[in-house]
Amino acid sequence: MGWFLIPFDNLLCMVLGISFTVGFSSLLVIVVPAVLGVSIGIRRLYMKSLLKVFEWATVRMERGAKEKNQHLYKPYSNGIIAKELSSLEQEIQELRASGTTLSSEPEFEMADIMYFCRRGVESIVDDEVTKRFSAQELESWNLLTRSNFNARHISLRLSVLWGLGLFIRYGFLLPLRVTLAASGIGLLVVLTTIVGFIPSGWLRTYLSEKIHLMSYRICVRSLTAIITYHNSENKPKNGGICVANHTTPIDVIILANDGCYSMVGQIHGGLIGVVQRAMVKSSPHIWFERSEVKDRHLVAERLSNHVADKTKHPILIFPEGTCINNTSVMMFKKGSFEIGCTFYPVAIKYDPRFGDAFWNSSKFGMVNYLLRMMSSWAIVCSVWYLPPMSREEGEDAVQFANRVKAAIATQGGLVDLLWDGGLKRGKVKNTFKEEQQKLYSKVLVGDQEDQGEDRPQEDEEEEEGDQNEDRPLEDYTPRPLEDCSLRLQEEEEERGSETPMKDQ
Amino acid sequence: MQETGFTPAHIVRLYDRFEALDKEKTGLLRPQDFGAINGLAMNPIGDRIIGAFFSPGQETVDFHSFVRILAHFRPEDKKRPKDPSMPEPVNSRTSKIKFAFQLYDQDKDGKISRAELLQVLRSMLEMQVTEEQLESIADRTIQEADLDKDDAISFEEFRKSLEKVNIDHKMSIRFLR
Repeated sequence: MGWFLIPFDNLLCMVLGISFTVGFSSLLVIVVPAVLGVSIGIRRLYMKSLLKVFEWATVRMERGAKEKNQHLYKPYSNGIIAKELSSLEQEIQELRASGTTLSSEPEFEMADIMYFCRRGVESIVDDEVTKRFSAQELESWNLLTRSNFNARHISLRLSVLWGLGLFIRYGFLLPLRVTLAASGIGLLVVLTTIVGFIPSGWLRTYLSEKIHLMSYRICVRSLTAIITYHNSENKPKNGGICVANHTTPIDVIILANDGCYSMVGQIHGGLIGVVQRAMVKSSPHIWFERSEVKDRHLVAERLSNHVADKTKHPILIFPEGTCINNTSVMMFKKGSFEIGCTFYPVAIKYDPRFGDAFWNSSKFGMVNYLLRMMSSWAIVCSVWYLPPMSREEGEDAVQFANRVKAAIATQGGLVDLLWDGGLKRGKVKNTFKEEQQKLYSKVLVGDQEDQGEDRPQEDEEEEEGDQNEDRPLEDYTPRPLEDCSLRLQEEEEERGSETPMKDQ
Repeated sequence: MQETGFTPAHIVRLYDRFEALDKEKTGLLRPQDFGAINGLAMNPIGDRIIGAFFSPGQETVDFHSFVRILAHFRPEDKKRPKDPSMPEPVNSRTSKIKFAFQLYDQDKDGKISRAELLQVLRSMLEMQVTEEQLESIADRTIQEADLDKDDAISFEEFRKSLEKVNIDHKMSIRFLR
């Protein structure tokens, strides 16, 4: 009986030995360049070969589907229905033209309700906002079951490939990445604490920069993030604020990989709290106690003080306030834009073919999310540094925020939306419904008013304003200033909608 | 799903949408799940549209009923042969008109009374016009459409008043392949 075990024992030793060697050498190959700040180019090669494999896989699936004479389920990211883009005015005119009206004045018709009905049902089937909070859909399959909708069309060869991919990802890549991440964070904590003992001065700043950069580089490799930085000449400088669109907490690591920033945030307990406290020992970050977060003036004051000191690194802020799925940019909260200094907008766009980076916080917790990230193939993204912007004369915080938002959306190829990211959790305000009602009433009654245009319209607007003040505030935005921003945006919309036939 | 006329691909997409709206994953939708849709909350008659999905007395709607209601909005099948023995398909002109009628007729008595008409007008216009203007609009509408002079609009009278309207265009949503 004994002699069975001996070769088995040897075999086991051999396997363990090999895996350790492989693991260790890959660690070395990855960590050493990270420490030195050099890139060998392995990751790009990896990315190119993966792309070829994915294309092959999709072609096979399509072929399989054709053989069975069925349609491949191709999820379209632009929606399930074709939405009519005509405005309310246009539609109602059309209804009138086909109906029987003797008078030239437009008046109420029973069929008018059909316009609202159709719009309502359209939004039930597909609406702009809810779509932004679920993961983006892909055109080709990337060998991850989580993005696969065509399970029926997978041939044997494809399944084998997928199984191999699974083994590589969970058996090899995942442990490697977890080790890397652990060492990266560990190094960060230990080294920053040590540097914290050095009295503040030139040496300390220099060392802390180097340490931060190094640990972020290790973290980036632990996620196999392949990042392309564009326009590095516009990189944020000291004494400014860097604003970026938010898709995932990993955004922080991606940006900090290329430069030193001061982070802003709430102090958490647990592991993250330890990291935060260590970081602040060697370089100035802005961490808030839970109670301080609600006090906007305190927040604004600390930010302004930090920015005024030119030796401190630029502050990193995500004005959307929540994670969006990287197909659009939502409303920027105006609070940070009130501070008077230069803003450096940054656009981050992830390539979804390799792994979906979006953190759907209602679906996954943080640990689950990190696990998913580390078992994807890679995270490929592009970062564009946009030229600096500052608030102009006569421009208020909201308009400035929208200007910055538009610039980021254009550069990153994202849709620029007016909606508030808080809508993920909250509800729409009544003011939007009033907009619709107002438009409709203009069509019915408005034609007469158009002739005596300016005065009556202004009166209407003022009345609108007063009514808003009396209306009780909705729950999800506790800050009263948010109402002002919404009102301003409505007035902009009104001015826009006065020009006839403008598309909604 | 032959009765609705949706293709299998459409059904899958609608099911995804159903699941996305069903935040608590119960397999049924409630009025508050609809209320979370922003386009609907912004719509002046949003509540009525939501009501159309729920059968009287019911508080939940399952996927089957969800799809059946949405099927009203499929474009008409122009090539369908007129077969009187088959039941009226759910996206025919008559069915669409009936759907719109039900949006007005909340108590389901088969007639749109003056009060019901006023209610709809009020939701569509609210603060923008005075009560007198609303009443005069309602009066005029009933005058024009009410042929048997019973001070209410029956389904037939409603249908007649929409004779010239291109219902198929107004009450259809184009579903992409």
